[in-house]
Order: sequence, then C-alpha cells, then structure tokens
Amino acid sequence: MYPTDYRYTKDHEWIKAEGGIGTIGITDYAQQELGDVVFVELPRVGAHLKAGASLGTVESVKAVSEIFSPVSGEVTETNATLADAPETINKDPHRAAWFVKVRLANPAEANGLMDAAAYQAYIAGKAKEHSA
Amino acid sequence: MTTPATAELHKTALNATHRRLGAKMVDFGGWDMPLEYSGILAEHEAVRTRAGLFDVSHMGEIDIRGAGALDLVQWVTCNNAAKLTVGQAQYSGLMTTTGTFVDDLLVHKLSDTHYLLCVNAGNQDADFEHIVSANRFDAKAENAGARYSQLAIQGPRAKEILQRLTSVPLDPIRYYHFAFGKVDGVECLIARTGYTGEDGFEIYFEPELSNKLWSALLAAGESAGMLPCGLGARNTLRLEAGMCLYGHEIDETTTPWEAGLGWICKPDKGPFLGHDALRRQKEAGIRRKLIGFEMLDKRIARDGYPVFVGGREAGRVTSGGPAPFLKKNIGMAYVPPNSASAGAEIEISVRGQSAPARIIALPFYKRPH
Repeated sequence: MYPTDYRYTKDHEWIKAEGGIGTIGITDYAQQELGDVVFVELPRVGAHLKAGASLGTVESVKAVSEIFSPVSGEVTETNATLADAPETINKDPHRAAWFVKVRLANPAEANGLMDAAAYQAYIAGKAKEHSA
Repeated sequence: MTTPATAELHKTALNATHRRLGAKMVDFGGWDMPLEYSGILAEHEAVRTRAGLFDVSHMGEIDIRGAGALDLVQWVTCNNAAKLTVGQAQYSGLMTTTGTFVDDLLVHKLSDTHYLLCVNAGNQDADFEHIVSANRFDAKAENAGARYSQLAIQGPRAKEILQRLTSVPLDPIRYYHFAFGKVDGVECLIARTGYTGEDGFEIYFEPELSNKLWSALLAAGESAGMLPCGLGARNTLRLEAGMCLYGHEIDETTTPWEAGLGWICKPDKGPFLGHDALRRQKEAGIRRKLIGFEMLDKRIARDGYPVFVGGREAGRVTSGGPAPFLKKNIGMAYVPPNSASAGAEIEISVRGQSAPARIIALPFYKRPH
C-alpha cells in the first residue's frame, strides 16, 4: 500500500526522490481523511519551496487543507490533470495524483523523513489514538 | 476509519448502526452524527438521481396541545397556521419581538387542538423555552425530541421504495401534507417534506424500532440504488436547492423579508411576536437582501469569506461550497438590495485573493419532475 521507495511526513505528504528530483503528493491516509477532493491549488513552476512551508491547498467538499512541502527546492513541474480531475487524488493518491516535481536543494534531505514502515506505524498509532 | 464519540455528545438510536456502516462521524451541534458513508459526492448524486436515506433523529419536536394550540402557534410564528387543514404542514419561522428568527421550522396540524413542530437540533431547548415563555394561551407545549426518531427518504425513487414497506397509499399524500400509518409495522407520521429539493418523505416514529426500520428501508431501497446519506450530503443538497440553514442565512439578526422568505411571513394574519417590527420593515424597505451566486473560475467560496460589490465590502458568504449536481461552485450572501440583481458581477475574497462571481437567481437547482 505505501510504496517502500517513498518517504513520508507527519502531515501525510509523500516524496519520491530520484536523481535530484523529488515528486510530491499526499498519502492514501490523507485522502481518506479528506473525503472527496474537489479542488487543488498548486504552486507555479519556478516557485521556491521550503521544507515545512505550505506549497498549496487541497480542498474537500467541506474543508480547505494546506499541503506542506517535505523538502526545499524549485518547482520544475506541476500535475495539470489535477485541475480538471481533482478526484484523482482519491482514486490514485500515490501515483497518478502527484502534485509537483521539485529540483531538490539538498538531495539527501528526504532521507531524514519516515520510511513506509515508520509511516504505517505512525498512522496505526493515530487510529489507536482516535479510538481511545 | 471510525472516529470515537465523546461522552457528552447526544446520540440517536441509530448511532451504533452508523458506525457499523463505516460512517465518518462528526459533532453536529452536540450530536454524534454521520457526516458521510461512501462519500459526500456519491451520496449527493444518489439523492438527485435515485434515493438517499438520512437519519435526522437529532431534529427537535415540540408538541403543542389544547384548545388554544392554534393561538399559541400563531403567536410565536410568522406564517399563517390558521390556513392549515388537518394533515397539512407549512414551513415557518419562530420570531423574536424584532421580527428576526429564533429558528425556522415545520408546523404540522394534527388536529384543531394538536400541532407538531419540527425544529433544528441545536435550537430545540431554546425554542421550547421561547414558546413556553410566550404561552399565555389555553395550550401546553411539550419538548418531545426524545419521543421521536426521524428518517428522511429523499429522491425521485423515494416514494417507490417507501411504498414497498407501507400499505398507506403514498401518491395521494401531496407535497407538504402527511398521513399516519405503519411502515414495516412501525406506526409513523409520514410527511411529504424534505430538505433536499427532491421529492421524498420524512417519517416520525417512536425510537424503539429505529434500527429495524432503518435496515428495512435500506434493504427495500437496495435494488433501486438507494444509499445511506450523512450530514455532508444533507448540506450540499439543501445549498444546491437554495434552502436556508439556521445560523447561516437566517439567525437572530435576519428577518424573513431580508432572507427571501416573505412567502412564509403573513402580517395580515393578525398579531404575533415580531409583527409590528416586520410591518415597519416592509414599509421602510430592507437594507440587505439574500442572493445566490456562482463562482466564475474554479475556486470555491466558503462560509464567512468576504463579499465585495463594486469594490466595496458588502458582507460575508453565509453558505458556500460545491454544487455537485450542477457541477459548479455556489454560495449565498447578503448584499445591499440595489446591488442584488441577477447577472451582477461580484467578488469573493478567497483566502486573500479576489475571485470573480456572478449573482444568479435562487434556487440554484429545481427538480425537473
């Protein structure tokens, strides 16, 4: 379920870092929590992202949620399909619904984030916390 | 993933059932209620094209009985309940002395000496206190919410589905009328009312057999594609149908004239709480008017976002969000009456950025059948 070559944040973003480029999206857990996604606001190509700072918003029917960048870097590409088909985020959050690609300011930065096992343990902990 | 209930939240008789069905739960005015089961968009679409089943047992019921029942109802509401026949209901407003809304509600006439009011969940106790304080008539009001469960079956196939479970002929029950009868063996008040803009029914019954009735209705509706629906879809449906929500379009600062609800406000019926203030405002004219708008780009206006008319801040969005069936983003807001024409372009401030919108006539959606 959670790709083992990705890294994950506590705010439920994922990043696949490869050859100095990071592809960023939100996790299956995040899309389940959000419900039906109806709108996404992404940064422009060329925008400089800072780790931990907002890179845009994802909107469900009821609410607006910020997306935080897992890393620092310059946006090289944004996913145009999300404008017309925001529901892709619900259907295929880890592949087709990538949000942006960034040229990594520090290619090793993503290694400091949770791996798939740690992320799965993290969200399992959240589920326990929720039902406590 | 289910969310836990906190000890203080009210629960309907169906709470465990909603959780078992995997509903995402939400705290709605102190009630632990289902927000969605399969998704707000799917549930909204089901109601518009097939049918949806809602647990609305959190709604309040106030029974008014006695020789002076009509007098009391007339005194505290703005619509003319004297026009009701037995078996008929009307949408109305519970009024303050200044002609503003304590609540909106449905008034059902059960007999010359018995009226049933259906009020908003969050306002039940305040409404009851208000009615009791105003009661100088030969009538008794009872805060009866605990004695009723309520389900809503809404959509073009609602009637067909409900008919499978009752021998009461549903066709002859006209819009805003009701009858008594058994649904799956449970005694119900069966009303042709709803908060979705579709045809459908709201049924009121004693809570003991709630789960049996819920399951029977879901089973009866399965082949027709009826879905259980939560408060998320309840809100998108009523917004798309241009219906007011207390605390948003109407509250203790708004009058029926301002809210476009003049059709439920009858100062000619005789004296009632707020009558004089309403007469005066009718003569003087309103200073703001409720309008509907559609967004002109893909952005979504949310509750509370500032509204600009001709570059000047005119108010706030009272309700805003996607209209899933119409496939656009809509909202309602109060603007100065002379800026309220359909076609006029306005701006909504969406998190600091100006987004263009256009005033359009209410309701946004009107059912074709």
